[in-house]
Amino acid sequence: MSFHIVVCGSLVPDPLQTLEPMQGPTGPALKNEMMLPAVLDPWAGHALFEAATLAANVPGSKVWLVSLGPKAKLQQLMMSIAQKVAFDLVAVDGPAGGFLDAFETAEALAGAIDGIAGLEKDKMLLFGGCASSSRDASVTMQLIGERLGITDQFLAVDELKPEADGSFQIMERIEAGEYLVSKCAGAPAMVGWATGNLPEPPNNPQVGMQNMRTVMPALQQAKPAQVGTGDVNFTKVEVPQQRRETKIVKDTPVEEIAADIVAWLKG
Amino acid sequence: MERQMMEVDIACVGFGPATAGFLHTLSKAIMNEDGTVALESRVMPGAPLQVMCYERADDISFGVSGVVTRGKALRESFPELNVSEIPTAAEVAHEEVLYLTDPDGASTRSTGVKMVDKVAGLLAKDNAFALPWIPPFLRKEPGMVFSMGQFCQWIGQQLMGSGLVQIWPGMPVDSPLIEDDKVVGIRLADQGVEKDGSPTPGYMPGMDLKAGLTVVGDGPVGAVGQKLDDHFGLPEGNHIDEWAAGMKAVVQLPGDTELKPGFVLHTFGYPEPEIFGYMYVLPDNVASLGIFVPSWLDNPIRSSFRMLQHWMQHPAVWKYLEGSTLKSWGAKSLQESGMRGEPKLVGDGFARVGEGSGTTNVLTGSGFDEAWATGVQLAEATIELLKEGKSFSQFHLEETYLKRRRSSWVEEEAQQAKKARDGFTRGLIPGLIGMGMTGMTKGKLNMPGTPRRPWDRVPSFADYFRGKLEAGEVKAIIDECKAKGQSMVDPLMDKMGWKPIPYDGQLLLLHQDALLLGGKVQAAHGFADHVRFADPEKCRACESQICISMCSGQAIAASEGGDVPNFDREKCVHCGICMWNCTVGRKGDEGRRSNIIFDAGSGGFHSAEN
Repeated sequence: MSFHIVVCGSLVPDPLQTLEPMQGPTGPALKNEMMLPAVLDPWAGHALFEAATLAANVPGSKVWLVSLGPKAKLQQLMMSIAQKVAFDLVAVDGPAGGFLDAFETAEALAGAIDGIAGLEKDKMLLFGGCASSSRDASVTMQLIGERLGITDQFLAVDELKPEADGSFQIMERIEAGEYLVSKCAGAPAMVGWATGNLPEPPNNPQVGMQNMRTVMPALQQAKPAQVGTGDVNFTKVEVPQQRRETKIVKDTPVEEIAADIVAWLKG
Repeated sequence: MERQMMEVDIACVGFGPATAGFLHTLSKAIMNEDGTVALESRVMPGAPLQVMCYERADDISFGVSGVVTRGKALRESFPELNVSEIPTAAEVAHEEVLYLTDPDGASTRSTGVKMVDKVAGLLAKDNAFALPWIPPFLRKEPGMVFSMGQFCQWIGQQLMGSGLVQIWPGMPVDSPLIEDDKVVGIRLADQGVEKDGSPTPGYMPGMDLKAGLTVVGDGPVGAVGQKLDDHFGLPEGNHIDEWAAGMKAVVQLPGDTELKPGFVLHTFGYPEPEIFGYMYVLPDNVASLGIFVPSWLDNPIRSSFRMLQHWMQHPAVWKYLEGSTLKSWGAKSLQESGMRGEPKLVGDGFARVGEGSGTTNVLTGSGFDEAWATGVQLAEATIELLKEGKSFSQFHLEETYLKRRRSSWVEEEAQQAKKARDGFTRGLIPGLIGMGMTGMTKGKLNMPGTPRRPWDRVPSFADYFRGKLEAGEVKAIIDECKAKGQSMVDPLMDKMGWKPIPYDGQLLLLHQDALLLGGKVQAAHGFADHVRFADPEKCRACESQICISMCSGQAIAASEGGDVPNFDREKCVHCGICMWNCTVGRKGDEGRRSNIIFDAGSGGFHSAEN
């Protein structure tokens, strides 16, 4: 029994940059959002690395990555991912801010998955980050699953162990640091990943450049999707502020510097 | 581990305005409107042309550089261009050129400059004299100002969104692959190595990219350009002896600033007479500013960072900047030999574009537009050759690319500017007169002068401080700094009368704090150090160790006892200024290279605040 693994994952702004929320013409956005360098959403990243490992361990399996994001930024993202794992890309051209409506996002992604040629739904494992694309509301993956008729759904998963008969064991995070272990008879299923247990694969530029040869045509064919903030009304958006103050004082005793820092932290 | 190889049609090195112009023009021709392939790959028959571009920086937008340009070539590529489509761009609205006198009396001014100061002082306001007229060759109106980083991101996104070319950031290119004087591709930098280049357990040899055409646009200090120059040499009579350090910053102006987007300010005269300054006001109260410290500033303790801070505090500049906040900061080398620094432009399998190919016009102070234009010219040539099924031989590239370049306005203006800077080899005033003569006569009359290599003209401490400070005093400072492993910049500049910088934590920051601004400076692990000292003994014997004072990011630091300086690539901004400032010629190669090897490496700015 093999799996057809579809991973939903896209980009988020590089957290090392200055992120400044602002009210744009179509709703809240980050200042200069299109100019900010982007990285793979870390939650979706775990899902993708788990998918690649699973596919490598279960012969005949295949991985698709469905990415909703600005086409102009997807190539950069794909270059970094393609260095780590192999996949077929399905690109959907649309915004990828943190303020998108989960319903509209799910509609667009489910539609794109429905259109994948060669995808056998009875073998499908739908992977994604458990908190992706939904402002940590953990609903987008469920909504996609519903639209694709997938009723076995698991959230905050850290481990998926396949069995020879096509069934698998799932370890889900629940409250108080406990795990819920379930047995699923087989695909199709939706798995919203937490961090998983796998390390991030190392970059291999050689692998990346080979993989990009198949990724590029998919980018060219990316179809636009109408995705926005839906009916959601944001009254206020903000990111935690980084505080930075420089003070030049000479010949100050260590104790005084320490006390100063403590006071600054408290303030 | 075996070195891997991949075949592509075209491999580009560096993503700056020249390569951007090349890729923009080429990408438009790869597919037909009906979706069929117009330019077919030779390595993947049936597929579109396989075009790869490799950029050292972590992202194509990383780098701090303000641009003012007439945008002639850019407008030809975008006939319907609305300047506001380019992020941070504004039409040039007002231009000013100020001659700055020295309010503190610490700078080194010749008798002639002092006389100019006196005359200018009669009409000066805020210790500055505004030129009543700007020569036409210096004017940029109608033109535009913008951030180079934002422009590259804007173009890069269009290119990457097309799915027709691949642009790989964070990929330093080690060298060209040369077989029998033919460039057959490029080699990426090895990964999984120690700082000295020795393999670790994660060693991954840099991939070889075999390409029919290698486009070299890696700027004035790029590793591939340097290695091509080493292999092929420069054409007879050409040299790359003139440089400038561009120390740049992006600031958020005060909310109540009177400056409007499109304001262009150029200055000269301070902090040293030879140092030029600029400020371009972009939308949203952001200003891009900086200074250019030329290689003909004969001063063995020059520090661009500290000079920038003095420039910002000049009354004529400070009146605009007071209350501003530093958003980002950076530096780059400028190849100021212009056309005289032109390398071998084409050969079998390769062509060079942009600043590293000698496009900067040293008379008009323009580089962006010329770089873009040469990229476009090469792309047009490439399309022609591909359509006619011809190879990228030297002959064919001469017949197409070189022919276009030689018959273009870029060449015409470069020819006029060829001797524009010669006067500066004799001093500021002959230099300014020379520029005026060249500009007004379109190159027919020039001030004579013989350019000298940077390391031939930096004076010794004894010569520089003669008449300014007591020799014993200078020696005591140098000895103490060397013994303690400290930079000599601040003690010597303070002694010369430069006022200490009143750090405010907003605009005037310690050098180390500036490194942490925006997205900070960083370098990926697993790459070798890209700055190395060819002959350590020469470094130990070097009196000035000017590489320490000039280093834009304090990545090169003093060692205790005056030993070989230390290099920390986590702080390096890849400006390459160390390479041409070093006062020691490389053993066996004294004529061309200094003792500092500036090679391909990872890292640099990691900030989109530019």
